[in-house]
Amino acid sequence: MNNDLEADCPPLECLVIENTLVAAKEPERLILEAVEKHGFSNDATFAIRLGLEEALTNAIKHGNAGDPSKKITVKYYVGPDQFIVCIEDEGPGFRPARVPDCTDDARIGLPDGRGIMLMEAYLDDIRYSERGNKIRLIKKNN
Amino acid sequence: MESQQGQVKVTQNDGVAVVEFEDRKILEEISIAQIGETLSDVVQSVPNVKIVLSFRNVEHLSSAALGMLINLRNQVQKVSGKLMLSNIRPQIYEVFKITQLYKLFEIHDTAAQAIHQMSAGDSTED
Repeated sequence: MNNDLEADCPPLECLVIENTLVAAKEPERLILEAVEKHGFSNDATFAIRLGLEEALTNAIKHGNAGDPSKKITVKYYVGPDQFIVCIEDEGPGFRPARVPDCTDDARIGLPDGRGIMLMEAYLDDIRYSERGNKIRLIKKNN
Repeated sequence: MESQQGQVKVTQNDGVAVVEFEDRKILEEISIAQIGETLSDVVQSVPNVKIVLSFRNVEHLSSAALGMLINLRNQVQKVSGKLMLSNIRPQIYEVFKITQLYKLFEIHDTAAQAIHQMSAGDSTED
């Protein structure tokens, strides 16, 4: 169930945006402003910015397949200790476990497929809904 | 000789095109396509092109930027050119390490070192 990802979260701000990279700038801006206001470390801020960029780009390009008629829902919390975001697209979902290893010799020279690896490396917790069209990212303020 | 091409500045130094990203900055999805086109033009500008890509102003990059770099590398290889990266700050270099892409690119601390290495490589080949 999609709502499981939000079940143990503090109250989340909510934005619904158009399915474009330009529209994605608004939640990024709001979140990064809040992150700065709460004094997140430089490393944590870097990680949050990277994770947001990757998750939103994936939702726009892959989840919603670039369809401009679709929407993306962004729900987020920024507090002194942690940042949480849930990003949901209107696509059919996917299976994260089926994404090939981009560091494999056969794939390392390919231009795509690194977004999930980077999110996993930089965020403290990543979860997907059962359908795979919603992701929750958590980053602690270290 | 120096030219400004949108979001990059290109300087010719001893037969090497030194490309610097402008605007700080932020190699993100929304600007990558345009930057990629500009860099393709640089690759096509001379035979056996030599390029040093300086990340001096880069504070953030996305996986889209990594994809652009790989495409650039492939283009340079096709024309028997050389590509090196320089001035990558530790936070950005960590991204190269995590994705193992440091194995694909020759990376130097400074553009001057990269240029010197290009010249040394030419001397060896002569």
